[in-house]
Amino acid sequence: MVYFPTYMDAHAAVIKEGKAMGSPSKEMLLDWYRQMVLIREFEETCHQLYEEKRITGVYLHLYSGHEASGVGSMAALRKTDHVITAYRDHGIALILGMDPKAVMAEMMGKKTGSSGGKGGSMHLASKDHNFWGGYAIVGGHLPLAAGIALEARYRGKDDVTMTYVGDGATNNGYFHESLNMSAIWDLPVIWIIENNGYGMGTEVERASGQIELHRKAEAYGIKSFGRVDAQNALDVYAVASKAVEYARTKGPAVIEHVTYRYRGHGVSDKQYDARDDMSAELREWMDTREPIKILRDCIESKYGDVGDVLAQHRDDAKRIVAESVAFAEASEMPSSYEDLLRNTYVGSELVYKTEASVGAGID
Amino acid sequence: MAARNIAMREAIRRALREEMHRDENVFVMGEEVAYWQGTHRVTRGFLEEFGERRVRDTPISEMAIGGAAVGAAMAGLRPVAEFMTINFAFLALDAIANHAAKVRYFFDGMFKVPLVYRAASGWGNQATASHSHAPEPIFAHFPGIYVGCPSNSLDAYGMLKASIRDDNPVLFTESIALYPKPSPMPEDLEEDYLIPIGKGDIKREGGDVTLVAYARGVDWALGAARQLARDGVEAEVVDLRWLRPLDMELVYKSFKKTNRCVIVEESLPMYSFGGEVAANLQENMFDYMDAPIKRVAAEDVPLPYSKDIELLALPNAQKVVDVVKEIL
Ligand SMILES: Cc1ncc(C[n+]2csc(CCOP(=O)(O)OP(=O)(O)O)c2C)c(N)n1
Ligand SMILES: [Mg+2]
Repeated sequence: MVYFPTYMDAHAAVIKEGKAMGSPSKEMLLDWYRQMVLIREFEETCHQLYEEKRITGVYLHLYSGHEASGVGSMAALRKTDHVITAYRDHGIALILGMDPKAVMAEMMGKKTGSSGGKGGSMHLASKDHNFWGGYAIVGGHLPLAAGIALEARYRGKDDVTMTYVGDGATNNGYFHESLNMSAIWDLPVIWIIENNGYGMGTEVERASGQIELHRKAEAYGIKSFGRVDAQNALDVYAVASKAVEYARTKGPAVIEHVTYRYRGHGVSDKQYDARDDMSAELREWMDTREPIKILRDCIESKYGDVGDVLAQHRDDAKRIVAESVAFAEASEMPSSYEDLLRNTYVGSELVYKTEASVGAGID
Repeated sequence: MAARNIAMREAIRRALREEMHRDENVFVMGEEVAYWQGTHRVTRGFLEEFGERRVRDTPISEMAIGGAAVGAAMAGLRPVAEFMTINFAFLALDAIANHAAKVRYFFDGMFKVPLVYRAASGWGNQATASHSHAPEPIFAHFPGIYVGCPSNSLDAYGMLKASIRDDNPVLFTESIALYPKPSPMPEDLEEDYLIPIGKGDIKREGGDVTLVAYARGVDWALGAARQLARDGVEAEVVDLRWLRPLDMELVYKSFKKTNRCVIVEESLPMYSFGGEVAANLQENMFDYMDAPIKRVAAEDVPLPYSKDIELLALPNAQKVVDVVKEIL
């Protein structure tokens, strides 16, 4: 079975309507290209580092294949807006402009990591970028998104909260409760369902009664902006721009991004990669729907040969990621009880002294 | 009797498979249990063998998994519902604590709830704070449900079978760290080999100190006992196996002999297994007590990602040895 959304055509109307609205400048398109090749380089490097055991642990969920989904939609935001996502968060962090060095150091659990090595791959965040973080419990971040958006409504600001959620997570109670709450309180949230066809090994069709996931919005009286081909950053941007504008003044919006994960669910799920039908499906996506190529073709059809600029971006990505790896590997690991206990609370008190911590002189 | 080393994961699979053959009403549901062959490979081959009717993939809907198991059990089936990891059972805590454990009571015996929740438990491997819990004591807090936590393959086999056949709800946790660990299973094991619910086990005999543990804690206790033996200290290792009911009689028997006790657990120290066992000991064994009851648990902190500090937080055999030496 090859998972490709044949129903996409039915929604072409939505996309066309969107296209008329947002028309990104040449500079924007080139910058999207820069972001996308940076993400791809970063993610594929992470994959390699994990194979070589230079990144350890059991969870590492890569954004390769999803690039246009994040890049196109976040291009519709302004600096004061908010972003929150699940554990597939590296790409989101890089798009927001987090320092790749700090992100890579977090992968390696270093003190210089963006979360001091406490969070790892699944828990990137940056207060400076209004990035409220990646979360590891499926659906767990969705009510947080509602709360973050509530702050804006509460204080009369028109900042929106861009919230990424997987297809699988839309079957979880957190999703339904959060959407409903955002509806009754008119919260400025854009719920972006990143439908990559699977939650771990379960196809959307086997997990959700409603397989047009954006239509779950209807149940709560939320405006759906439909289903978008999220391998095409321009389409993504066009629809996201409208949804963001709507959310700023009116209330929650839902968009469904149809995309694909190039590296399976996560690094420790090898059985997925081993399936023949899966690798055939992956090849088909890569051959026909590659987001970086789609963007490149679009730029070149509009602006002619920009090969030099693009090559420069690719070289830069390689250099930046290599530097981030060198930085991360040279950084120190947290290693003391002090490191372990810090920030359990504001004030960081050790509440209960175990025998071992007393033995180690922590009291 | 000839024995063969078998990984705990295989022993659990075998028990579950045999019970499904024995009783048509036993079925499996959970995330990725069917087509993906189980996240921890416990249900590998089940879909092929039993079909979709009895091996059911669910959406990522823990609340509904937890609650649907209760309903199906009330209606006469015998669900074995899997939480991919126990961290996600928190989403189903209401279904577990308020319904699985209580419908029989609040309808005064009208219904029974013969279900088993299986959940992979434990921490380590940099799974990070929200995926690093060993919260068995939380579930054992509630009367109306049993909690079983095996420490080796044979126990897992007999305990899971007893859980499936019992007419009460059971939360059955499987330590992720122990899944691949081989331990001996007799070759001519009977299919009706059951370990009674609430029965603990002496895993090592010794007269100098009692180490009380369950699941992965048993490994650390046995490791400590081996080290202590080199210094001439003989530790008795009591594996309680079930957190509810709690086989305190077995602990008392050992304690009367050793007069000293250290409790070992993987979970957090506050409101814990260790606290419960220690409280029972001091209430009932005061006259036999030659030293303070001590506990070894995880540090009182969420688990970090970074490897070295994660290991600092975890209990281990050496920490047990150090604490034992304080009370000798
Ligand atoms: C509450 C909960 N249940 C189960 C899991 C295990 N799990 C992690 S990711 C995942 C699949 C999520 O799929 P989806 O929402 O489609 O996101 P994707 O990984 O495809 O980006 C599952 C089942 C979890 N982390 N949290
Ligand atoms: Mg998905």
